[in-house]
Amino acid sequence: MEKLKYALFTGCTAKESTPEQMMSTLAVANKLGIELVELTEASCCGASHLQDYDDFLSLVLNARNIAYAEKHGLTMVTICNTCQLNTAMTKHRLDHNAELKAKVNAKLAEVGLEYKGTSQITHFLYAIIDDFGLDKIKEMVVKPLSQFNIAPFYGCHNIRPSELQNETHKSPESAYKPTSLDDLIVACGGASVDYVEKTKCCGFHAELQAPRTAALLTGNAVAGAMDANADWMVTPCPLCHLKLDTQTHHASVALGREVSLPVLHMQQMVGLALGCTPAELGLNHHVTKVDFV
Amino acid sequence: MDTIKSQQVTFKVFRFNEETDYLPYYNTYTLDVTHEEVVLDILNRIKWDHDGSLSYRRSCRHGICGVCSIKVNGKGILACKSRLFDLVEVFGNEITIEPLSTKRAIKDLIIDKKDFWDNHAAIKPYLVSEIEEHPAQEHLVSPHDAEKLLEADYCIQCGACHYSCPALEVNDSFFGPAAFAAAYRFSADVRDEASVDRLHIVNEEAQGVWDCVKCMECAEVCPKEVNPIEKITKLHNMVFEAGIAKNNVATRHAVGFAHSIEKHGLLDEGELVRYSEGNIGVLKHVPVALKMFAKGKIVLPWNMPKADKLDEIKKLIKSSSTVKF
Ligand code: SF4
Ligand code: SF4
Ligand code: FES
Repeated sequence: MEKLKYALFTGCTAKESTPEQMMSTLAVANKLGIELVELTEASCCGASHLQDYDDFLSLVLNARNIAYAEKHGLTMVTICNTCQLNTAMTKHRLDHNAELKAKVNAKLAEVGLEYKGTSQITHFLYAIIDDFGLDKIKEMVVKPLSQFNIAPFYGCHNIRPSELQNETHKSPESAYKPTSLDDLIVACGGASVDYVEKTKCCGFHAELQAPRTAALLTGNAVAGAMDANADWMVTPCPLCHLKLDTQTHHASVALGREVSLPVLHMQQMVGLALGCTPAELGLNHHVTKVDFV
Repeated sequence: MDTIKSQQVTFKVFRFNEETDYLPYYNTYTLDVTHEEVVLDILNRIKWDHDGSLSYRRSCRHGICGVCSIKVNGKGILACKSRLFDLVEVFGNEITIEPLSTKRAIKDLIIDKKDFWDNHAAIKPYLVSEIEEHPAQEHLVSPHDAEKLLEADYCIQCGACHYSCPALEVNDSFFGPAAFAAAYRFSADVRDEASVDRLHIVNEEAQGVWDCVKCMECAEVCPKEVNPIEKITKLHNMVFEAGIAKNNVATRHAVGFAHSIEKHGLLDEGELVRYSEGNIGVLKHVPVALKMFAKGKIVLPWNMPKADKLDEIKKLIKSSSTVKF
């Protein structure tokens, strides 16, 4: 197989509050022989909030990020569901609206850039499933996670709206019964746990403005996984991770029930199965202690 | 052309009669389903051939009246529009049929939609315009202006989005996606004169657009592709453009991104929380921040990373910004 190579859009979280997300992405890419060229020029995608304030500005900044991936002639790979949504949505809107694309490009021209629409955008989860291949991951597993019941937590912005995400995924999955993360858990040797909340929202994006709503959604998610006998949870989204890992105290108070489980990034789970060390994967950076390794 | 013409499917159907039952229960029916059948056909067959007491709503049978909406394996659908075979492809051949909201069930699949209609009414879902009693000609809307509605007028008030919205599920005051789509539909109409009034209504904390958790469920579920979250974003934009955005945690949270990106290219997470909450409000986040700090999850201001070519980002922010706060 030709070596896989992507332009890595890290987003902000991997550089700040989830350093372990960055560490584990690099460790796993290294194990799998995937080359990642970091887009160091990229700006924040606006995290689905900048667009509420200034939609056009959000489009211009996201188009600029994609333009840098295009300069490398590479597919852009994201490691955050919300970055994935905002970037894919920008691409979709510009590719389907010539007038808007021209307006955005008029701005990008001021800094010598152009958005052409030539780079695809995918999330690292789908890159390793669709491009690298689950079967090959399975073959490379050296420490199967066979003693664990693992609860997948998909995160909204990878599976909804499916119309948009399916434009980029080679094997589209249903927003109501997604399988990618479950399949990955099984490929790593674990047992994937089924629970209703696995496709629901963690509440992250309303944490400041609607704290009770956000806390209840977090609480329901962790409670759902606990009731389904999960040993830990796994998510492809660092924002879900932050919410489920750091906010369980508020969630427990809102729910009136103590909820807490270790929550791993998808990359950390794969990394453990591939034999990376806990230190390489940054497992010491979690607020809810990862005590099983 | 489907190659399989029929298959056996087991239906678990929610049953409850508020007049006689304490608790709901499920009846199971196994039927041979043909590839042209929609969910409503199955409900009809159960009612006509197995149990005449099964209750559900139906009317147009053409996906335009919105009354037949129910949930199948948790997914909101129009019973008259959803093909069984499509659902079996996703969920397998055990299908659970439930009302849109089990806690609002009156009889079987029929629910009390009062909260939906109350929320709908609260946003003034009608055109407000001073018109002459005997106008000489129609009030014409150009195709360009009609396009601004972004098909929000396709909503058939089925409630599928409303009863799938997780924010509404845990916050009774939240207006919900359908009401917002309607608010947008009339506020974006060039003939309407109540747009600012409506924006004030949807700008209120707890009930308004700021309490949406952005889960995209309403966009996913809508059988008419109304895309309510898109309209919610538009309402956010209109609140800023109309200059009525209140200076509060919700608006500052959106605006804070622009400030951060201008300064670092990236989001300064800690500063965003401080900016959004204010110097006093931020204190309630200190306990979590300390735990995060202990785990190396907080970047101190002097270590804040910056994007390369920040000058480019600054220049674009300056020239592309379209609103002020
Ligand atoms: S995106 Fe917002 S309005 Fe739509 S379902 Fe989710 S929380 Fe509700
Ligand atoms: S927006 Fe769509 S899902 Fe919601 S009530 Fe209208 S038609 Fe139904
Ligand atoms: S019966 Fe009218 S929408 Fe289904």
